[in-house]
Amino acid sequence: MVFEGLANRLQDTFNRLRGKGKLSESDVTEAMREVRLALLEADVNFKVVKDFVAKVKERAVGQEVLQSLTPGQHVIKIVNEELTALMGGEQSKLAVSAKAPTVYMMVGLQGAGKTTHTAKLARLLHKDRKKPLLVACDIYRPAAIKQLQVLGEQLDVPVFSLGNEVSPVEIARQAMEHAKSHGHDYVLIDTAGRLHIDEALMDELKQIKATVQPHEILLVVDAMTGQDAVNVAESFNSQLDVTGAILTKLDGDTRGGAALSIRAVTGTPIKYAGIGEKIDAIEPFHPDRMASRILGMGDVLTLIEKAQATIDKDKALDLERKMRNADFTLEDFLDQLQQVKQLGPLDQIMGMLPGMNKMKGMQNVNVDDKQIGRVEAIIRSMTPGERTEPSVINSSRRKRIAAGSGTSVQEVNRLLKQFEDMQKMMKQFSGMAKKMKGKKGKGGFKLPFMP
Amino acid sequence: MGFFSKIKEGLAKTRDAFMGKVESIISFGRKIDEEFYEELEEALIMADVGVNTVMEIMDELRSEVKKRKLTQAEELRPVLQEKLAELMGTEQEGLKMAPDGQLTVILFVGVNGVGKTTTIGKLAHRFKSEGKKVILAAGDTFRAGAIEQLEVWGERAGVDVIKQSAGSDPAAVIYDGLAAARARKADVLLCDTAGRLQNKSNLMDELNKVYRVIKREVPDAPHEVLLVLDATTGQNALQQAKLFGASAGVTGIVLTKLDGTAKGGIVIAIRKELELPVKFVGLGEKMDDLQPFAPQEFVSALFTGNDTEDSE
Ligand SMILES: Nc1nc2c(ncn2[C@@H]2O[C@H](COP(=O)(O)OP(=O)(O)OP(=O)(O)O)[C@@H](O)[C@H]2O)c(=O)[nH]1
Ligand SMILES: [Mg+2]
Repeated sequence: MVFEGLANRLQDTFNRLRGKGKLSESDVTEAMREVRLALLEADVNFKVVKDFVAKVKERAVGQEVLQSLTPGQHVIKIVNEELTALMGGEQSKLAVSAKAPTVYMMVGLQGAGKTTHTAKLARLLHKDRKKPLLVACDIYRPAAIKQLQVLGEQLDVPVFSLGNEVSPVEIARQAMEHAKSHGHDYVLIDTAGRLHIDEALMDELKQIKATVQPHEILLVVDAMTGQDAVNVAESFNSQLDVTGAILTKLDGDTRGGAALSIRAVTGTPIKYAGIGEKIDAIEPFHPDRMASRILGMGDVLTLIEKAQATIDKDKALDLERKMRNADFTLEDFLDQLQQVKQLGPLDQIMGMLPGMNKMKGMQNVNVDDKQIGRVEAIIRSMTPGERTEPSVINSSRRKRIAAGSGTSVQEVNRLLKQFEDMQKMMKQFSGMAKKMKGKKGKGGFKLPFMP
Repeated sequence: MGFFSKIKEGLAKTRDAFMGKVESIISFGRKIDEEFYEELEEALIMADVGVNTVMEIMDELRSEVKKRKLTQAEELRPVLQEKLAELMGTEQEGLKMAPDGQLTVILFVGVNGVGKTTTIGKLAHRFKSEGKKVILAAGDTFRAGAIEQLEVWGERAGVDVIKQSAGSDPAAVIYDGLAAARARKADVLLCDTAGRLQNKSNLMDELNKVYRVIKREVPDAPHEVLLVLDATTGQNALQQAKLFGASAGVTGIVLTKLDGTAKGGIVIAIRKELELPVKFVGLGEKMDDLQPFAPQEFVSALFTGNDTEDSE
């Protein structure tokens, strides 16, 4: 789980912005400054970012902050909604022609992954009991035809090729005839990578398009593309009327801001995502997932939502009070564990909490649901008196608790030790909170998922 | 043809004339004000230099302006060039070669599709025309057609290719390459590898094994480990440089596809953070479309406006 990114950076802003009624212009401006940086770091095009930030600002200023959120979180909620909307809301499917064959044409820069993704689409169709034909129109890159043939063989899908001496337009034309006479219901045309400013080669694509009348022209774009994605997408789109995009190499660690740029300038949806080198590594594109990946906020919103829905507010308030007064007992701890467990698998939850990686040692903590189960069992084997006053737990009681919970005395010891440390920490916190009260109003200590 | 004229040629199609963006920002009579700084910042970000690096550059510029009490944009031109020159260096950095009569080994690494194999073909041609005996090792045993692709380049450049069948162990192929290069008394061995994303630790381990085989077999080798970077790549390139550096001891960069409209500004951040120099640039798909990197010309080209909107 990636911790870094916007959510963490926004923590400061969140805290400064806490507890006001309406989003003021300066609240929003401050939060949006961070959003702007995050988007630029994610490679979203400068101009696209500018427009986006202006739009969100306009929408956010003056909005009533949701009760359960801080103003900073509220801004992020709006940012995420707008970003998802911009990414295309629903994912979209590939066009199918009423009259066979349906023709898809793949276009893009050199090295984007056209050949591989032509084959991946063929595999999906083949699996769906269709009869696709692969067409090798890249006559320029050495061994490009060979590459497609090897992939076709692996898939058991035929490849139409006329070598690299015949023009791609002619290859495409003959491939259409071949497809019709051999009963292929899909034709997938792989074309050579080319620069969007290469007039001769862009003309070639226009001619292929005119010849085969494709139902989809798919722009294949590398997810690691930087600012230039806008130039590329715009240029291909204005010359060919692209119908959709495929974003490749998303299995890397790029934030993938190019997705937003492509979408913003072409208005066409991203239809598939490439997620690996293997021929089955392709999936439908999910705009919402991409939005939060670009923002780099893990799933902080999911957490906010889940926390709101799950955590019993009265209990949480009570707990907060107890923590502040440092009279938090093992009983409370058990309660809290159960609430946290309802949120989902623990390691995921830890990943969702912004700022978690800033806590010393937190990166290495391996949270394990089974372990939580054992902790629960230990506490359940204690008497109510022991739960509120753990200091009474002597060694014979420890043996009893270990036996009752099916654990070992060492584990019981460890839990008690940890709990003691935790209480000490809370005392420190509550001391701090009391001191800060004069200056800052409400105490600074709050669980991240508390309302 | 010089590096700069090549780039200019590549860009000419989307640009009216050679009117650098900097030139238009730093126009005569313009005052240094906030708007001016913003435009400069924008130009750098659009070149993929990266927000953090851009902000550092801008801070330095601002303090320089204060210190030197500059008011006119024009006075800033030399300061800016100086700053960027500081970042990119002023000298061309050639390849490190083994002493005459000994084998030089160069390993090529990078993510998928950036131009590793093509660059090897171009470099083979370059060495060959310098009268050197060159051998290529087909270390990409994974991607369909990769071996055949390198063989075509071997034919074009007129050099031998050492290969095994698809799917075999890349380290074994490289080992064969080293043995053949020594037996045939070659001057240069260029080693291709499969493209891989830097976050795949198993594939990075595989690469590390190739690296170690070369290190073990030939003293001082590999003489260069060149990370091939696609100029259209954004901020992820920094991550690529870090992680390929960690597994394969990258010593320099080849920046490809500069014949497009992308500027490859991320190499500034890479140089700043990792001190990796750019050694060559790729300017096309043909055999002689490879040029030694000229830092100053690269820096000027960064500002050359060519985004479609502005050129209309
Ligand atoms: N325009 C342009 N295209 C280039 C340049 N260098 C390489 N290419 C093209 O980019 C595409 C990919 O190049 P390859 O050499 O196959 O890249 P690779 O890194 O070996 O790719 P994999 O082995 O698949 O990882 C090919 O179509 C090349 O012709 C360049 O400088 N300019
Ligand atoms: Mg290759």
